Amino acid sequence: MTSEMHRHIHETLGDARLQEAVYTATGRLKESRIAAVAPDVLPDYQELRTQAHALKKHAIENLDAYLDEFERNLEAHGGKAVYCQDAAEVADFILGLARERGARLIVKSKSMLTEEIDLNERLEKHGLESVETDLGEYILQLAHERPYHLVAPALHKTRYDVAEIFSARLGVPHEVVIEKQTATARAVLREKFLAADIGISGANFLVADSGAVVLVENEGNARLTTSAPRIHIAIAGIEKIIPRAQDLATFLKLLARSATGQWLSVYTSFLSGPRRAGEIDGPEEFYVVLVDNGRTRLLEDPDKRQSLYCIRCGACLNACPVYRKIGGYSFPWVYSGPIGSILTPQFMGPSHAPGLPFASSLCGACAEVCPVKIDLPKALLELRSEVKIADRREGRGRWEKLGFRLFAWLMRHPRLYEMAGRMASLFAPPARGGWIRSVPGLMNFPPLKAWIDERDLPPPPPRSFREMWRRR
Amino acid sequence: MSRDAILNRVRTALGRAAGAATPEAPPVRIRIPETIADARIASLLTRVEALAGEAVRVDTPAAARAWVAAAIEGKQAVASNAPFLAECGIPELAGVRCGLTVESELRGLCAVAGVGITSADYALADTGTLVMLSSPREARLISLLPPAHIAVVPSGRILSGLDELFATIPLPAGETSSMVLITGPSRTADIEQILVRGVHGPGKLAVVVVG
Amino acid sequence: MAMAEVLERLGYELDFPEKQTCCGQPAFNSGYRDEARAVARHFLDTFEGGDPIVIPSGSCASMVAHHFAELFAQEPETLERVHALEKRVWEFSAFLTEVARVEDVGARLEDIVTFHDGCHSLREMGIRDGPRRLLARVQGLELRELEPAQECCGFGGTFAVKFGELSGAMARSKVDAILRTGARTVVSLDPSCLMQIRGALSRRGSSIRTMHLAEVLASR
Repeated sequence: MTSEMHRHIHETLGDARLQEAVYTATGRLKESRIAAVAPDVLPDYQELRTQAHALKKHAIENLDAYLDEFERNLEAHGGKAVYCQDAAEVADFILGLARERGARLIVKSKSMLTEEIDLNERLEKHGLESVETDLGEYILQLAHERPYHLVAPALHKTRYDVAEIFSARLGVPHEVVIEKQTATARAVLREKFLAADIGISGANFLVADSGAVVLVENEGNARLTTSAPRIHIAIAGIEKIIPRAQDLATFLKLLARSATGQWLSVYTSFLSGPRRAGEIDGPEEFYVVLVDNGRTRLLEDPDKRQSLYCIRCGACLNACPVYRKIGGYSFPWVYSGPIGSILTPQFMGPSHAPGLPFASSLCGACAEVCPVKIDLPKALLELRSEVKIADRREGRGRWEKLGFRLFAWLMRHPRLYEMAGRMASLFAPPARGGWIRSVPGLMNFPPLKAWIDERDLPPPPPRSFREMWRRR
Repeated sequence: MSRDAILNRVRTALGRAAGAATPEAPPVRIRIPETIADARIASLLTRVEALAGEAVRVDTPAAARAWVAAAIEGKQAVASNAPFLAECGIPELAGVRCGLTVESELRGLCAVAGVGITSADYALADTGTLVMLSSPREARLISLLPPAHIAVVPSGRILSGLDELFATIPLPAGETSSMVLITGPSRTADIEQILVRGVHGPGKLAVVVVG
Repeated sequence: MAMAEVLERLGYELDFPEKQTCCGQPAFNSGYRDEARAVARHFLDTFEGGDPIVIPSGSCASMVAHHFAELFAQEPETLERVHALEKRVWEFSAFLTEVARVEDVGARLEDIVTFHDGCHSLREMGIRDGPRRLLARVQGLELRELEPAQECCGFGGTFAVKFGELSGAMARSKVDAILRTGARTVVSLDPSCLMQIRGALSRRGSSIRTMHLAEVLASR
């Protein structure tokens, strides 16, 4: 896994156009966020973060009670809760319902959870047509690719890519003007919205005291997905629960600003149940699928269950100097960036992508921007430790372990440590022009090679601090 | 049963017994700033314009009607059943279809109309937001399907912001199946981060504040 | 050495416990907590006492002040010693501004410099304005800010060699930003950042030099 990650990183670093696209796009989102939470624009930003963290902590630590409350209120308003343990159960439920209702066409708004469980593939295998309606997701669906970024899924695509994809998959003339491409998608998808039997959405928040689903978007596709078809199915991880509708006064102030720098996204929908008596439009059936898919495992760890507080804003991706260089496809799972780095090992086990928690310089920029104050660096450090424990148990990485054992031993023996320092001076590779620029074959062991490949190494100093101190 | 399996796993993971009491949640944080009506109106108009919407304030319902008439000149429009629109005389304007209560008819008209006209239950001054609750008076699709949306709102319905909204309606689910906050025209930047308006929802939004 | 000079000039009496070696951060960051704990214990023993401990490195200071407690969370007695130690540990620039309460140490250096905020000093220790105030009082010195500001240099401990190519790419972005300032010297609080930046500048063929803040403040 790690070598695959290195391969993706290498490819991305070598692709100048992609580097530019990722860096610029995340840079813009990063700057927009900063402007939207500046002290003169949102003076209580830090207080809101603290409140949001406290609310998520409370909700997660009492999740069973809140799920119960959510279900009761959902059903009181005519909706139905469906609990699913994994991807197969979600697919089974939807296929079963579709069969019962004679449904063939599904429209879908953006949901990372549905990516997590490969929902579209599962539905299509059984003859249903499931169409993504968010423009970026629609493009990716046509291209059979997964999202590149939490909030800007088609970040890596150019207008020329889109022109190719549309002409190949939709049979339309090759068109590179972005407004026209958007108009094409609009026209195609409008027909789908109006003909669809089922609309599937995700949920940004599940509101316990209301039995309601909150959807945050800019295009209008989530509104159409949840208003035009007769049946609305919202699919969400159980961790999306917040206690009260009034808590949205906190969360909504943080979500859009953290994601794109908008004060509020264009549409925020608060949906509770099918249409009420007298309402003219809206779905006649309303289901909320509550999904585990491994989340209960994350709940077990009191230190790392904060990973479940995430409201999927993507701010950590935009702030991360590593993500901004290696992009979304260098990550092994659907969740990328810092949040992906802490979720993936917890869902998949530390041996799945053992290098992932180490693909960070621990700069802390992510924690600084997280609206719910997840301590991402702390989680990364714990995961690193878990990887090494798993390695030890499974007999991997013995040399490295030995190396660090030696390090620890040396550091407990100051005189030997000093001697080792002196020997480094004697045996150091030759410094040309005052710098070590290359290393002779025999000495070329991996860490040294990895350093020298990218930068010069200063030679060991002629006299150590200790020697200078003693001579004073 | 998956429900029991999942809830049991949740409880075990959290070390909680079934039916265990829940400690009190952190108190709700609602901070409503002191504002005066004129300032709220001005802020709403400024914010809507900053979002590339059109915003105008008129003194009387008749003036609102005149503004809307000019705006929809030569176009087919669908209007909601909001009493305030009737008060302004908007249903009587040429080209406006109103009083629809059958979904299929409404959907068909919205799909071809050039403009959807609604009122709004509230507006939020600090973000330039319209708050629309689905009801027999306000259908969802009118502010969604047509490529342009005009909202005619009495100035007294303008709240300071989200906090005041949730203080006013702490439980929207008690009133409607759908409460939508609309902040500007539909948009995307999914392709090369280039902004395009009117992707699925209306690309043009106008807010007429009355009074 | 430069740090020692500056502190002595300010009238402080210095002790260098010779038993000291390392704070254990390399092991901790690499996931080897047992080994990190062993080294941390040695640190605790070496620095037993009551005097303030001044450290010319943001990342080391942060390791001691913030992460030792994590290492010894299961050992209440050691944890008490750790908490006592945390209160005595100071990163060098913070010691000057918060304890010695000086900003002008009588330094003089004719140069155009830019300052690199190391991630540990900046985000874990909250140090940002202090070093700039100290630099502002150095006679003959012009400070130009990096743009983009506060970006990681890409060192990250073993990250620099585990993800060498990526670390190198981050370093090159940092060098680009440095070159844009027109500065002739890069100043920072962290020897590891300086080593990364120095190596990348050299590989780029640049003659821009790096200096630790202490070296700047020791200049006359």
